[in-house]
Amino acid sequence: MQRVTAIGLLITGTWFLISLAQLETYNHSDLVAWVGAPFNAVMLLLASVTLAWHSSLGLQVVIEDYVHGPAMKVISIILNKFLHIFLGAAAVLAVLKVALGGSV
Amino acid sequence: MSTEGRPLSPHLTIYRWPITMILSILHRITGVALSVGLVAFVVWLEAIAFDAVPYNSARDFMGSFIGQVLLFGWCFSFFLHLANGFRHLIWDTGRLFEKNQANASSWVVVVAAVVLTAAYWSLV
Repeated sequence: MQRVTAIGLLITGTWFLISLAQLETYNHSDLVAWVGAPFNAVMLLLASVTLAWHSSLGLQVVIEDYVHGPAMKVISIILNKFLHIFLGAAAVLAVLKVALGGSV
Repeated sequence: MSTEGRPLSPHLTIYRWPITMILSILHRITGVALSVGLVAFVVWLEAIAFDAVPYNSARDFMGSFIGQVLLFGWCFSFFLHLANGFRHLIWDTGRLFEKNQANASSWVVVVAAVVLTAAYWSLV
């Protein structure tokens, strides 16, 4: 999945940078409108989940290389997964809240 | 015992790092940097979703000198990780493994990352 999410991020990450740069002003209301637009919301959801997944897999490789001792290794790998699931869930909640109109 | 003509281990202080090695290390460093960026990304989304006050603080911080340095670093990290990651995908197909190809493609990655970062930064 490292590679599949890499390709996903190639698309969603590039979209994110280009789309965000096209905003003329960056007031709170502008960003709420931007996140709330249906296409943007879907892309942000995909970007959030893909990014959290890819980051989790990548950091796990780093942990496996540098964290020694079986107990510490297992604990940090599990913490890493939980942290990324938390970040992904938080991002999804934020996007959905704006997209479904609960905000401001 | 003569040491003439015998192989030497690298003298670390004068050893010139191969470009492929530098990029391998940078791929990992930029990856970790982008993971930190993920946290900032989530905080930013929460600020948008929940209130204008934290959003404005986040925006003002990102407009400060430190914030701009962070954004520039994440921007460069994104493009370098992207370009080198693209090369990893090509490597996965078994291509570009010859030494001269690996060296040449390393420079392509570096130039692509610098050009993309400069292009994007000049647009924003």
